[in-house]
Amino acid sequence: MYYKETIRQMYDIGVGSLMIIFVVNIFIGAVTAVQFIYQLQGTMIPRYYIGYIVRDMAIIELAVTFTSIILAGKVGSNIASEIGGMRQKEHIDAMEIMGVNTSSYLVLPKLIAALIVIPILVSVAAIVSISGGYFATVAEGSFSNEEFIKGIRSFFNKQNVVMMYVKSFVFAYILSSIACYQGYFVKGGSIELGQASTRAVVYGIIVILIADYIIAVLLTG
Amino acid sequence: MIRAEQIFKSFGDQKVLKGIDFTFEASKTNLIIGKSGAGKTVLLKILVGLLDPTKGSVWYDDKNLVTLTKKELLELRMQVGMLFQGNALFDSLSVEENIRFPMDMFTRKTLQEKRKQVDYCLERVNMEGINSKYPSEISGGMQKRVGIARAIVLNPKYLFADEPNSGLDPKTAITIDALLSEITDEQKITTIINTHDMNSVMEIGENICLLHEGRLAWQGNKDEVLENTNEILENFIFASPFLQKLKTRALANPDNSVKGYNAI
Repeated sequence: MYYKETIRQMYDIGVGSLMIIFVVNIFIGAVTAVQFIYQLQGTMIPRYYIGYIVRDMAIIELAVTFTSIILAGKVGSNIASEIGGMRQKEHIDAMEIMGVNTSSYLVLPKLIAALIVIPILVSVAAIVSISGGYFATVAEGSFSNEEFIKGIRSFFNKQNVVMMYVKSFVFAYILSSIACYQGYFVKGGSIELGQASTRAVVYGIIVILIADYIIAVLLTG
Repeated sequence: MIRAEQIFKSFGDQKVLKGIDFTFEASKTNLIIGKSGAGKTVLLKILVGLLDPTKGSVWYDDKNLVTLTKKELLELRMQVGMLFQGNALFDSLSVEENIRFPMDMFTRKTLQEKRKQVDYCLERVNMEGINSKYPSEISGGMQKRVGIARAIVLNPKYLFADEPNSGLDPKTAITIDALLSEITDEQKITTIINTHDMNSVMEIGENICLLHEGRLAWQGNKDEVLENTNEILENFIFASPFLQKLKTRALANPDNSVKGYNAI
């Protein structure tokens, strides 16, 4: 039962979020490239640095943070509503009567699914974001393919990828656990359920940003 | 047998239960009745362990529910089935999956054995052939029956039902009452039903506990209901103008010849 539920959650979080992750990250990459071309105009910095900047911005910060914030909204509110709805419809009470450990049965599969799927989504987001930068520069014609690729391959530091995955695991845990907590302990009716869902998103985003800063300080210090 | 001993329950300053002492007899249909707000649901939730009493104990034969360890509580829960007011069927699961859920969680039976048990339970509640339907595709009465089927799938020793007739038409409500009563007799279950439906009281009330403002106001069985002199019970039973009229007419006819009142 736990296995099936985990697979269902993985599908919901993963496949269900692919489209929005794709759309957001392709534009983030494109905007990053366009903005930096503008910022670096008239400086002595080589043009191929744009590829390098887009890559590192995506890997270190934008792909992981934006993706997690989007998922805090999409997945966080979904989890809080799902569990909160079950609380209100007495589904959780029914499971308790049957002897099911509801906190484990309802929370654990969601937590595990988020910890597995969100790092994968973040990886996809980073690739899509870099591709966005590529399309906005090379495909648009202002950059040559070689220039951009050279930038992407320059100054590569594996530590940045480690940082991306550390962040993605931490953010996945934060957004799913806060959402589960808000849903599980909801009291009252539909208004309170809506409020719990909103709290799941707001608290999730705030805690993710705080954790982002702490991880950045710890792993770059 | 389940015994509530000096049960008190407060939510903040609000005292909901004020010292309930009552024995719910084994292999009988026990009813908790009373007006809305009398504390019926709170008492039922305490009996089943969903709420802790502020003071008092709940005895399942010789086990005190309040002091059980987690392991002992889990063992006890395996012997408990419950039908919820809103049915509490899982929307994303089919009827069969809903009924199978407790077996999936706690038994090592094969899928075939589980299906056989599901079919037996569905047959018992006269709902054969709806295995693949989803809760949203069946009526409220059918959902109640499926809820009963799920509650009895592990052959419980204790069966609880919270307002089983709410939202049902009178005829379906009578059918559900009869079903609960039959299952109680057949399987020798200790059944506790929380209701304010007078039909239930008169049809299946083998042991009745009337709550009023958080206290036990009367206890007895369906045969004793009409012969009682308890004012609170009287007001509860004859709450509707129709029944009051019948009662007045019956009292005006000492030979008890008023049609309808005798039927009650």
